[in-house]
Amino acid sequence: MIESERPERRLFLKLAGLGALGLSARRILGGAAGGDARRWAMVVDPSRCRWDDGCNGCIRACHAAHNVPSVPDPRHEVKWVWKEKFADVFADQEAPHVAESLARHPILTLCNHCDDPPCARVCPTKATFRRDDGIVAMDPHRCIGCRYCVAACPYGSRSFNWVDPKPYLARLDPGFPARTKGVVEKCTFCVERVDEGRPPVCVEGCPEKALLFGDLNDPRSPVREVLRARYALRRRPGLGTRPAVYYLV
Amino acid sequence: MRDGPRIAAGLALFLGLALAPVWQRAASGRAAPAEPVVARPATRCVASRDVMRASHMRLLDAWRDKVVRTGRRAAEDADGRPLAASLTGTCLGCHDNKKEFCDRCHEQLVVKPVCWSCHPEKAEKS
Repeated sequence: MIESERPERRLFLKLAGLGALGLSARRILGGAAGGDARRWAMVVDPSRCRWDDGCNGCIRACHAAHNVPSVPDPRHEVKWVWKEKFADVFADQEAPHVAESLARHPILTLCNHCDDPPCARVCPTKATFRRDDGIVAMDPHRCIGCRYCVAACPYGSRSFNWVDPKPYLARLDPGFPARTKGVVEKCTFCVERVDEGRPPVCVEGCPEKALLFGDLNDPRSPVREVLRARYALRRRPGLGTRPAVYYLV
Repeated sequence: MRDGPRIAAGLALFLGLALAPVWQRAASGRAAPAEPVVARPATRCVASRDVMRASHMRLLDAWRDKVVRTGRRAAEDADGRPLAASLTGTCLGCHDNKKEFCDRCHEQLVVKPVCWSCHPEKAEKS
């Protein structure tokens, strides 16, 4: 009896071993297939950016292309890309001398497209969500205007449409939808362009070439090249949001 | 039952008024359904006319979710050729007469799609 059971047991063990091998092979192959996943990121070089002589190429290009209104009332302001002082953007970082050298330059601020975006976590309708390529995207169709994301974002990157934005548009670009009163909006890293293989409009609109855009998972991408060569800061690293916007110092 | 006739008259008046839409329609006959005006002869179609009439709103919702949520911006036309899943880029590219093509039926059926509160009525320049 015992003799006759042995071959079955051996066969079972062999098959189990093969099965385990197959599972691990699938994981390895799956990892290779997942290796072409992208992680979009931006590198800002503040030393190339100018405060004074009215250069707003990036902001103008972005706000014109995305129909972002210019509401004069600061309480109702809507912005995707804007400039701040170094001391305000990096208020939590102990870098007094760095701050001195960079105080002459504005820091361009936009949505950080965090790895762990608090805005997406609090959104009750998943109108804000993180795409697989790292872009924190907005689906205005689902936005109910609760403004949880506005409260959750530690970077002030979200604007709420307190008034109908259309009267405050100098020109409506028919290539991009406008928004209505009652929805939140923010920088989308130009998903519609990135999906077509084009860089965001701000990168193209900057006459000083102060903005770089690329794939963090590609070691030969322009962002990885420059991050290897120079030291870069991210905003409020202690919060653990892991931003995808880097600032060269 | 001294008030019987008065109650009956009151009831008849009430029913007559309350059912006004029913008898008005019966008297005037069935209203002709609004016909959308096609701006120019079709070169290619997203789907057949009957499918589009019955379920263009579901198609647009499916396109919207696919584009916004997954970033897949390609669709197919009735012959299986690739097409951009875009309201302003694709639909309005041929049907650029929103008033006669969209609004006419929507108004008759008292449907108020909210698309146009954000999406421009003019076609994207291509």
